[in-house]
Amino acid sequence: MGRKDILSQINKIFIDTLDNSDINIEETTQATDVDEWDSLTNILLIVAIEKKFKIRFTSKEIQSWSQVGAMIDTILTKF
Amino acid sequence: MNSFLQLKKNLKNDFSNLKIIKVAILGDTATQFLTQALKGLGYDNSINLEIWEADFNQIERQVFDLSSELYEFKPEIIIVFQSSHKLLSKYNKIKPNQHVSFATNELVLIENIYSNLTNNLDSKVIYYNFTEIDDSIFGNHANKTESSFLFQLRKLNYELMSLASKKAKLYLCDISSIQNQVGKLNFFQASIYINTEMVLSIDVLPKIASKTIDLINALNGTFKKCVIIDLDNTIWGGIIGDDGIENIQVGGLGIGKAFSEFQDWIKKLKNRGIIVAVCSKNTESVAKEPFEKHPDMVLRMEDISVFKANWDNKADTIRQIQNILNIGFDSMVFLDDNSFERNIVRENIPEICVPELPEDPANYLEYLYELNLFETVSFSNEEADRTRHYQIDTERVKDYQKFTNEDDFLKNINMLSDVQPFNKFNRPRIAQLSQRSNQFNLRTVRYTEDDIERISNSNACTTFSFTLEDKFGDNGLVCAIILNKENDKTLFIDTWFMSCRVFKRGLEKFVLNTIINFAKENGFVTVKGEYIPTDKNAIVKDHYVNLGFEKEQNYFSLEIQNYQDKKIYIKIKK
Repeated sequence: MGRKDILSQINKIFIDTLDNSDINIEETTQATDVDEWDSLTNILLIVAIEKKFKIRFTSKEIQSWSQVGAMIDTILTKF
Repeated sequence: MNSFLQLKKNLKNDFSNLKIIKVAILGDTATQFLTQALKGLGYDNSINLEIWEADFNQIERQVFDLSSELYEFKPEIIIVFQSSHKLLSKYNKIKPNQHVSFATNELVLIENIYSNLTNNLDSKVIYYNFTEIDDSIFGNHANKTESSFLFQLRKLNYELMSLASKKAKLYLCDISSIQNQVGKLNFFQASIYINTEMVLSIDVLPKIASKTIDLINALNGTFKKCVIIDLDNTIWGGIIGDDGIENIQVGGLGIGKAFSEFQDWIKKLKNRGIIVAVCSKNTESVAKEPFEKHPDMVLRMEDISVFKANWDNKADTIRQIQNILNIGFDSMVFLDDNSFERNIVRENIPEICVPELPEDPANYLEYLYELNLFETVSFSNEEADRTRHYQIDTERVKDYQKFTNEDDFLKNINMLSDVQPFNKFNRPRIAQLSQRSNQFNLRTVRYTEDDIERISNSNACTTFSFTLEDKFGDNGLVCAIILNKENDKTLFIDTWFMSCRVFKRGLEKFVLNTIINFAKENGFVTVKGEYIPTDKNAIVKDHYVNLGFEKEQNYFSLEIQNYQDKKIYIKIKK
């Protein structure tokens, strides 16, 4: 799976989890760019992404992302 | 079961017409998601949980500071969630020589929390018990070592149960059993815990919320009272009409063990006071034969309150059962292996609970355990007698049909009532009836046993309780009255509730005579009553008007000097 596929899958997860169909994330998107994305909903996103890709993030990885691109980097290391 | 995200989406719905229940949540870990799950699941249960959530890790401060926000909020229900992880941290910090008394000391703290809450608030307390963590310091030897964490944690859970059995307003929510059911790996996600202080996984939140709301519903008087069972392939394997009594599977034959164990479960429910009724498409005599003659049947005719075997539509048959039992459809569970029958019943009687029994009878029990259908907040020996009461009711209905009018019937059944003030013997039953009565309940103010004790010791209140027996049997205590002296002239009926078992016997007239006699002897001029409507008590909407009260704004009043004793067929039991 390429970066683009992963990004579009993640976008779907964001829309569903944050319950906002207008969300359109990119690799450079940060938490501050999306209203509903806070420290609490971040957990929901992480768990949903883990489920979708059947992976588990380590606790350090969860802390490390500054933007969506970094998240994708981590996901790619799991395959 | 809905996912957490689905529950979260419920939060956007309109809660304005739902019954409000004020709940406080005190936790030593982050509880925001739990709050959202409870609120969202509340919506599916038609309740608007108005939740106040204490800041993270503030249990002691909120409880021991009487000027805290908690006491200002005045919740009806307080949920206390102390996590096993925090418990373990505490254990880790104390000196090893204190480990052996760890559970005892924790229990003292919990007891203090409970007494502070209940002494200063009119609230019920729901305590989450502790999910097991084995820190593997001793291996299996932890079970032989009193100072091990596992030993102390299990001891604490046991002592909590023991405490709850003594404290009327303490209820345990058994989240430890949820962890046993789903497994610790699904209950708890370490990476999330390390980052956020959240100890509950996202997937387990709906289960925790559900177990909690089962308890809240039961505290609120919403719970199941009756299970209606199908016969063929539900309580035995095979079809009695085709296979015959020798070939149905129960006991040793075929997969009979699955059905025998299922019957054991139904029997235990019956012993707990759940009414068991049968609804089967069968010829009655054929359907009854196994109950009477099969050596391996666990259920017998005396366990069944209403037995209906016929070829009618099951929805119609269940309506007949409801008519005899006189309880709400929403307090009934219908168990049938046949999805066609389940759907017919569901479509025609949406209030009734119809579990989607698994195809393999071997899975019936595990599936039903998980649903936790029969939550309750009380248990007494009286409840265990319920089956007998309803069997008597069935006879009474038969006898009633022989009389052309009601008066003749009532005259002939020799009714006696024992009238007593509330006392230490009848208080548990009165409290129980106060929690259970939905239909014949004029104001639906629920009282616990503590409340009832307080009321019976108060000078401003006068109390009456009524039993009712007749030639068919004794119904036990079925009605309670609390009268408040509003002023020298006016007596207010604070509470009037009656068991649905004794509708249409003229007991309400007998009760009114008793109230008026008391009022007369004590110099009152007016008796005043009030009707507060709920979803379920429409049956007493015109209660006071029917008894001759005049409606005055929101109240009903009766001038004592104009009162003529009502004609009744009930005599006072000497």
